[in-house]
Order: sequence, then C-alpha cells, then structure tokens
Amino acid sequence: MAHFTKATSLHDWLNQRLAIDTLRRVLATEYWIPKNINFLWAMGMVLAITFAFLLVSGIFLLMYYQPNVDLAFDSVNYTIMQEVGYGWLWRHVHGVAASVVFLIIYIHMFTGIYYGSYKKGREMIWLSGMLLFVAFSAEAFSGYMLPWGQMSYWAGMVITNLFAGGSLHADGLVEWIRGDYVPAQAFLNRFFMLHVLLIPLAIIGLIVLHFGALRIPHVNNQDGEEIDFEAEAAKYKAGDKANSKVIAFVNDFMSKDMMVVGIYLIFFFYLVFYHYDFAMDPVNFDPANGLKTPAHIYPEWYFLWSYEILRPFSTDVGLIAFAFAQVIFFALPFLDRSPNAVPASRRGLFKFWFWAMLIDMIVLTAMGKVPPEGMFSAIGFYAALTFIGLWIALPFITKFEKKV
Amino acid sequence: MKELFILAVVTVFTLLTYYLVEPFAHSQMHKHIESEGFAYKDLPALTKKGDAEHGKELVMGAGACVGCHGIKAEGMPAPMDAVTAAQSYGVNPPDLSTAGAIYEPKFLAALIKNPAHALMVEHKFDESKGQMHPMTSFYGAGGDLDQEIADMVAYLQSIAPKAEEVTPAMAFENACGRCHAIHYEYNLDGELHPSWTQIGEKPVFKKKQDELKFETKVLDYQEALKKYMGTLPPDLSMYIRSRGEHYIKTFVENPQNYLKGTAMPRVGVNAEAAEKIIEHLENVGDSKRHKREEVGKNVMIYIFIFAIFAILWKKEVWRDLH
Amino acid sequence: MKNNSRRGFMGKAFGAVAGVGAVASLYAMKRSWDPLPSVKAAGFTVLDMSAYKENELVTEKWRGKPIFVLKQTAEMVKKAKENPKDIERLIKIGNDYFLVALGLCTHLGCIPGYNPDDKSFLCACHGGLYDFTGEVTKAPPPRGLDIPPFKIDGNKLVLGEEGPEYKKMLETGITLKA
Repeated sequence: MAHFTKATSLHDWLNQRLAIDTLRRVLATEYWIPKNINFLWAMGMVLAITFAFLLVSGIFLLMYYQPNVDLAFDSVNYTIMQEVGYGWLWRHVHGVAASVVFLIIYIHMFTGIYYGSYKKGREMIWLSGMLLFVAFSAEAFSGYMLPWGQMSYWAGMVITNLFAGGSLHADGLVEWIRGDYVPAQAFLNRFFMLHVLLIPLAIIGLIVLHFGALRIPHVNNQDGEEIDFEAEAAKYKAGDKANSKVIAFVNDFMSKDMMVVGIYLIFFFYLVFYHYDFAMDPVNFDPANGLKTPAHIYPEWYFLWSYEILRPFSTDVGLIAFAFAQVIFFALPFLDRSPNAVPASRRGLFKFWFWAMLIDMIVLTAMGKVPPEGMFSAIGFYAALTFIGLWIALPFITKFEKKV
Repeated sequence: MKELFILAVVTVFTLLTYYLVEPFAHSQMHKHIESEGFAYKDLPALTKKGDAEHGKELVMGAGACVGCHGIKAEGMPAPMDAVTAAQSYGVNPPDLSTAGAIYEPKFLAALIKNPAHALMVEHKFDESKGQMHPMTSFYGAGGDLDQEIADMVAYLQSIAPKAEEVTPAMAFENACGRCHAIHYEYNLDGELHPSWTQIGEKPVFKKKQDELKFETKVLDYQEALKKYMGTLPPDLSMYIRSRGEHYIKTFVENPQNYLKGTAMPRVGVNAEAAEKIIEHLENVGDSKRHKREEVGKNVMIYIFIFAIFAILWKKEVWRDLH
Repeated sequence: MKNNSRRGFMGKAFGAVAGVGAVASLYAMKRSWDPLPSVKAAGFTVLDMSAYKENELVTEKWRGKPIFVLKQTAEMVKKAKENPKDIERLIKIGNDYFLVALGLCTHLGCIPGYNPDDKSFLCACHGGLYDFTGEVTKAPPPRGLDIPPFKIDGNKLVLGEEGPEYKKMLETGITLKA
C-alpha cells in the first residue's frame, strides 16, 4: 500500500489518492500537439462538443418521450414541442446536432484522407474513427425511428428490408430484427433501447479508444513532417516556445479549439433557431401510417451517397454495391500502397483521386435525393460506377507513387 | 491566409451539398405553385350592388338557405344537429353568421349560382350523370338572377362580424373544421383550448359514459363524412410543420393544384381569413414560435460574445507561440 | 508566463463567458422539470355540494390526492358549535356544514378510515384518531386533517382556488397550506 501523509490541502488530499497532478500533466499540459496545424484539426473538439449537446438534449427528451406506437408521435410533437418548458429547444438542438454532427464527421474524415493521417502507425486512429462512423450511423437511424412519423416508419420498413438480402429472401431475419411482420411496437421499443442505451455506450467506449489510438503515433500535422516530440517538448519546456514545433494541449491547442468552436456555434445555433427544416424533415410531422407511403421517401442527407450506390442497380447487384460502400472506407489504410504520409497535394495521382472521390460523393448525395428518373438515374448510375472504380484504382495509383 | 483559403474550400463544398440536397432536390420533387392572393380569377367579378334588405328576404324565403343552414347571428339555429346533417348531406352545412366575413364575395355569389363549379368538384358532381351536389343551385326568384345573388351576398356581409372580429379559431372552425379535426389542445394567452372534433370542441366529461357517447357521435359523423369524401380528411394538428404556410395557402386556394381529382372543395376563403387559418394552425402546431424567436435572438447575441472572447483568448495564448 | 498551465486574463474572461452560458442553460433545464401546463390546469376540481348525504363519507380526488367530503348531521353541527375551534373547521354552504379535508393522516400520510357509528376517523397505520371535524383526538398525528384550498361558488366548491373563507382558515391557523 502506498504511503499517505496528512494532507496539507484539498488539492494535496486528492493528489495523494488520484494523482490529479500527474493526470493533468499527461492528459493536458504536457500532451503535445504539433504547432503546424490548421483549424481542421479542431474538428475533434467540435465533434466532442456536438456529442455533448446531443447527450444533454437527449436526456431531457428522454424524460417525456413515450416509446409506444400510439403515443410516440404526440409525446414528441405535442408534449415535448408544445408543453414542456424549453422542450422545443431540446428537440431542435437534438435534431439539428444529429444532422450537423455528420457534416463535421465528413469534414474530419476527408481531412484525414487529404493529409494521409491514416498511415504510418495511425491505422488504429482511422479504424476506430470508422467504427465511430458506423456507430453514429446506427445511432442516427435508430433515433430517426422514435418520433414515429411517416419518414420514421417508412425508413424503418425500407432499411430493415435490406437485410432480406435480395434473392436470399431472408425474410425470417427481417422479422427477427423487427420482432413483427412490419415495424410495430416491438420494433419501436427495441430501437428505443438501442438509441438510448446500447449504441451510446458503444459510442462512448469508441471515443475513448479513438483518443487512446492517438497517444502513441501522435496527431499528424499539415506537412506530414515527422516530429521528434521529446526533443521539441524539451525545447518548449525550456521556455523556447516560439521555436518548438509542438504546443501543449492545454491551453495552447485548447484555445485554438475554442476559437473554432465559438465560430462553429454561431453557425450551429443559427440552424437551431432559424433554419431547421433540413434536419427535421416536414414529412416526418405526419404520423406513421402503414397503409400509405409518402410520395417521396429518402434518407437523411448523410446516408444519401450510400443509398444512391444501392439504387441504380438491380436488387442483388445493388445490395452488393451497397455493402461494398459501407465497408470500403475501413480498408483505406491498406489499399493506399504509397509510403508517403503527406498532404494529397504533394502525392501525384492521389491528389486527383482525392478530389474525384469528394466530388463523386457529393454527386451521389445529390442524386440520392432527387427522384430516380431520366437524367438523374443516369448520373447516379455513372457516379456509383465511378465510386467503385476509384476504389479499385486506388492500390494501383498509389503503388506507383514516387517517394517524397 | 492559408487557413482562410481552406475555410473557403470547406464552405463552398458544404454549401454546394446543401444546395443540391435541399433547394434543388425539392424543386425537382414538388412543382412550385404561385399563390394568386385568393383572387379567384376564374370566377366572374360581382358587378351589381346588392341590397341587404332584399337579400334577407331571399335567404329566408325563396333562396331556401335556412332549410339547411343555421344563422345563429339572427337567432336561427341549424335545422339539424351535426351528425344527422352529415348523414343527410355528407357534411354538416355551415352556419352562415360569419360567411360574409370569411369568404370572398364573388366566391359566395358563384357558390349560390352553381356550387359544384365554385367548389371545383365538378368531377365528382356531374348533373348530367345525375350526381347532384347536396347544395342545390339557386335559379332565381323571378327577378334578375345576378341582382338577386348580389342581394343575398350583401345580406350575408351585413350580418357578418367585422374582419378584425373574426378570430383565427372562428375562421378555422367555419372554413375547415367541419371536415378536419385538430386533436391537439392549445394554450393561447394563458387559456387552454380543448381539442377540436368535426362536431365541435371536445368537452370535459366527468363520466366515462358521456365521453363514449360523445365519441360515438364523432365516429358517426366521421363515417358519414368518409362516405361523402371517399376518405376521412386528415387531422390538421401538425400541418403547419408538415406542410408549411406556402403549401397550405396554395392548397386551400385551389386544392386541384396539388391533388388532381381530390374531393376536397375549394372553400373560397378571402385573403384575411386565410391568414387567420394559418395563424390558428400555428397556435396549435407551432405554439412556441414566438418564444423560439425571442430565445434565438438572445442565444445568437450570447454566442457572438462567446466567439469574440474565444478568439481573444486564442490570440493571447498564441502570442508566445509564434 | 512561467507556468504554461496558468491562464492569462483573456483565458479567465473567456471562462467567465462560458460559465454564464452554462448557467443560463441550467435555467432551461430547470424549466423542463416543471409540472406541465396540462398538469397545472388539471389542478382544479369542482364539487357539486348538493349531491352529498349526511354522515356518509365520500372520497373525491384532487391533484391525485384523496379528499374527504363529509356532510354533517344537525346533531354533529350542534356538537361542533360547542367548541369554536371545531365549527371553524367546517365549511358552510347554504345552510349545510361540510368537512372537506385532505384524506391523508398528518402523521405519515396513510389514509384514515371513517366509522359512521363513532363519527371518527381511525388511521390504521399508527392508531391516530380524528373526530368528525377532522380534529385530532389521539396521537401520534401532530394536527388535524389539512384542508385543501377552496373557493365557495354558490352551491359548488372549487378545490385549488383560494377563496376568502380558506384564507381566513390559514390566518387563524385552522389548517396549514396544503
């Protein structure tokens, strides 16, 4: 047993028991971040803040939400939106944050891809991040069921039907997932459980893993430069902050994070109060009706690109393409054969690959929403083929990349 | 500078994506219909000046309006209760006390002359096929038909409350509330208003039997209405959020705009009444809109201050780092 | 700045601004815990006092709690008038006197039972006794049955509103605020 002495202060008392000074040093004041970064490096903090908003607003929604097919719609649209003091605020914050969090996730992902932050020891950061993406997707989908509006119901119907596996006709699996022949009470209850307990637990665990994965390889920097963190940290601690290539997480990096967060929150709250329809689809303000499909059904914007990869093909091919799209980003660190972990702008053909992928995904996103008719179908089809083609090409173009 | 460039790139791609999935995609999904300001341009203008006195005689007498309609303002209750009326006509005919304030005069004139035409339900009621509209056309009492109709309209206007006396709930109840229910209660100026059914406000019952009796009446009414309309008209509680102001206005103005062949009639409300109906739907389905605007303003002011202090802190910290 | 973990002036100022926001959001959180308007609106119960029979206890419900209504017989009124404290506990409507009280024992909140022969209330939990005016006659209850806020409206009694008769009872200490 450790030796304890009479504490001289509360701080000392805690320090003897919890080593708070050491914790603070290791996690904050001597956790070193490269200085050569831009605001895109703050997206992690922006995500953490947005997740905190989702958590807090979700707690208050949970106090009045009723996971019952007869009551769910009115508990959201009447009790929460009109009766509960500031209930409307929690719902708007929750709905808008659920949408915006994906925008930031995509920015965060494409930042990682552009700067090569998934290579040279950073593979686990990428993989844990992709797991987070999947967990957030499941969280978003399960949460979308809860208001039990028309879009909830029909999204639940269509997405669970994907598990029939086309010609495999695994209808038993679909019924097992729903606990019924159609999305009904059992379905709503289990997705409620997933949304408020199991998936959030998984997300919190994955966030810890994601942070932990950063520890050894350290954060990447704008030029992909390999930094001797110990030497640079020594320089910083000796007082030569200006010439050191690293900064402390607290306060140096944190102050920059907070600056970005401040500007982000202006954008965020503008959406919450004045421009929320994009995140809270009007069609979902019609109560669920299992006998009437809305004229246009489409997923939320962040699922559109993968939905569009499913849509232009026949059922089976579409499902295979869809499954491919869901998992292929996991393979990025292994499909990229180049030894260079530098920004895409210095990587020859990969530079074009990056921008082509970004634009192709935006095209897929747009085509996923418009009605699948005429020219839009054709554009969607070729964009889906391009997506698959780009991934097949990736190992080849990166293998012949010159070392920089 | 480089950061601003990166920010510009991120912003451009974000806005592009937004534009494509929201304004652009929706323009492809729904045709845009411009409101004509409740002018009902297809209906002829009223050219004759009406005489309310003579109009009253026609409404009470030769016009036979009161055979089906009540006029509470003149102390005349409806000849039948709502359920019996719906079972006889398909829908309960409205009380005429407020008609002159809620409906456009030239619409009223056209309605008296040829209901199916004014209501835009000729596809459903074709006299040549023997499909008669429950409201019969007025063929005149022997004088000049247009003059007589103008007189009747003038009479309805003379007994109607002034435009500013028509409350949002009144406009809704008369123009929409005989087919559409609103099952959400709402709070207005500190007063709690009960849910609305097609046969009126739902009272508070102490005894379960009384409540069930009332609900049976509502169901009987709805059954008659369903037979008449082909389908039960939807509850409008959340329509302000699910459809939005523009859609509702252009739909009410001409239901055939969106749903070709719908049984929903053009109800012929005037522009002010349409505004009131929207206000009522907002009072019910978006009752916290004023609070949202007020809180929104304060939060925006706060968050600007937050951002300014965050920027100043960053500048302070990074002075040593450069 | 020697110690790199210490915050400068702007750091503290920023922390203060962030703190103001956090406290403001606590207000919204507090409001979300408040009883809903529909709960508050249901906080009024109207009783038609002409429907009760003498010496027959009827239990009504107000704000989820039992309310004892006991119409007094002439004999009971006569007995109550002997003691001014007893008669003050009763509510006079027209020519009739009523005990209207919260049916929860003031000891620990059990519901006492009425015995019409003895004209007394017995709380089975710990043996407390009350007379027909709700006054305590045997410990442990510390005081008589509490009287809910009421307003006399002709033949009717509105529970949840504070009328002048109720306010007088509060002033004279006949009841505590329920």
